[in-house]
Amino acid sequence: MTHNSPLSLAICRFRKHQLAIASLFLLLTMILMVLFAPLFERFLGVDANAIDLFNRMGQPSAAHLLGTDELGRDVLARLLYGGRISLATGLIAACIAASIGTVVGLFAGYFGGKLDALLMRFTDGVIALPLLPLLIVLAAIDLVKLGVPETIAQSENISFYRIILIVALVGWTTVARLVRGATLSFKEREFVMAAIGVGATHLHIMFRHILPNLISPVIVAVTLSVGNVILLESVLSFLGLGIQPPMPSWGNMLTNAQELIWQAPLLAVFPGLMIFITVICFNFLGDGLQDAFDPKAEF
Amino acid sequence: MSRFIAWRLLQGLLVLFIMSFVIYALIGLMPGDPIDLMISSDPNMTAADAARLRSLYGLDLPIYERYLNWISTALSGDLGYSRLFGQPVLQALFPALINSVMLLGLAFTISVCVAIPLGTLAASRPRSFLDYSVNLAAFAGISIPSFWLALMLIIIFAVFLGWLPAGGIAPQNANIIETLKYMILPATTLSVVSIGSHIRYVRAAMIEVLRQDYIRTAKAKGAKNTRIIWKHALRNAMIPVVTILALDFGYLFSGALVTETIYSWPGMGKLIFDSVMGNDFNLALVALLFATALTLTGNLLADICYAWLDPRIVIGQEPS
Repeated sequence: MTHNSPLSLAICRFRKHQLAIASLFLLLTMILMVLFAPLFERFLGVDANAIDLFNRMGQPSAAHLLGTDELGRDVLARLLYGGRISLATGLIAACIAASIGTVVGLFAGYFGGKLDALLMRFTDGVIALPLLPLLIVLAAIDLVKLGVPETIAQSENISFYRIILIVALVGWTTVARLVRGATLSFKEREFVMAAIGVGATHLHIMFRHILPNLISPVIVAVTLSVGNVILLESVLSFLGLGIQPPMPSWGNMLTNAQELIWQAPLLAVFPGLMIFITVICFNFLGDGLQDAFDPKAEF
Repeated sequence: MSRFIAWRLLQGLLVLFIMSFVIYALIGLMPGDPIDLMISSDPNMTAADAARLRSLYGLDLPIYERYLNWISTALSGDLGYSRLFGQPVLQALFPALINSVMLLGLAFTISVCVAIPLGTLAASRPRSFLDYSVNLAAFAGISIPSFWLALMLIIIFAVFLGWLPAGGIAPQNANIIETLKYMILPATTLSVVSIGSHIRYVRAAMIEVLRQDYIRTAKAKGAKNTRIIWKHALRNAMIPVVTILALDFGYLFSGALVTETIYSWPGMGKLIFDSVMGNDFNLALVALLFATALTLTGNLLADICYAWLDPRIVIGQEPS
């Protein structure tokens, strides 16, 4: 294989990272499976929301491959639907957070001076906050008091959007610092000087000339943060503050499992295992991408 | 140095002050208020009574006026009464703080004692089988959901084996072994979660140091490999590591929230969670501010350690 572009070099280096490759395939399989959850449901002959009180906390069997929960619902089907929510939350929140961070970092690094000092002190302040307690308060606030119309605040999907929003609100700091640092070094380079010379606007320089150079570290940061976001979502949902039932998520499937730990310990195993596998895959993937994009970081 | 510390303290106080307003406002946005709690315990109360009480207690004032009222009484030493504990706020807070320090101290010690040797060993033989295994374990540590690990440990050691209690804290007069029995599971959970990141810090710092010229010099003059690693390299690698550890210790206080809640360990994290969930506004406010102050102190300590351990770093000027 000849390496004539940075991208093919990166791909070649990435392919040496076997764990990252395996993680990528596992994640893609997982995403496909949760996307086609209804199909699996039909194939297995179960319904994620069908309550069967005669069959509560059933052991794994041919009809229910992973058993049933405290309401007799099929655990496997709920895992698939829960995976939709958990993966979507992770991916969307990580992307929103990265966008906020990129904009903050670009502005701080490019304009420098007072704006830089202000934005970076603000970032430092956010980093210095106790994350989990703050998220709990944010998740507990009453949207009606904020002026959100009651119909929206009470709607079924609101917990999904709310969790994405609050996680994105606290998760942008890493990318902001990273982008600022890189922008600082890029803005002195010749191609930026040339762009200024031909009269490009600041916004054009920031987003068309500098940003494309930062894409690879940002992608690495996003990949690594997806895992973190999934962990945060599952913690909040577990505590009853994230995704609200009946919508399943891997976190809230564990909420009742703790109370039933003496009767049905098996219920607590699978959702957590899914979180663990997904998060570790995103971390391996991020690690592999980092090595691929940044050969200097090699040991 | 002292100017630097003073400057950072001032910054920290400013952040704390801003946060006190933010937290006050956020708590005001949580469902219900003290009058709602009174209504729920007194069915004879009319809407007019409620409105009168709201204006009596100043709950109908705009948020900044309420905040000013609160902060002026708080600064004069009156932090209010906790609804859940039926005690002044500080009296409810201190036992929780001591419990947290006990648990986190143990967890932190375990984590550091495991992470430093493992990280160093891994770094001294890069790309070896040992390095890969340690790295894999570290990844597992940072990826495992702490609450799930806690549930699994309870299932294994409390439900199936019955060796250890599933939660709670030993009674006041219990002996040391009994006390430790209640601490083993939560401390293990907390340390497993932090060992992963600690190993990665140690390993990265060691790899960086092993590349330096003075390591080559030490090798050239014939120093033994073990001596180079444990004497020359580790000391220097400890500079960034200690910094990050100091940072981490501040975060542990809030990070222990889930673990403490699952094991019903009456520490700061559980206190914060219970007070937020139980509409204990006074306690929640003070506990959250306390957690913020602890995290900020951790950050400050990290900076001071960094400057103190590495004489090459000149600070004291204003940050640019």
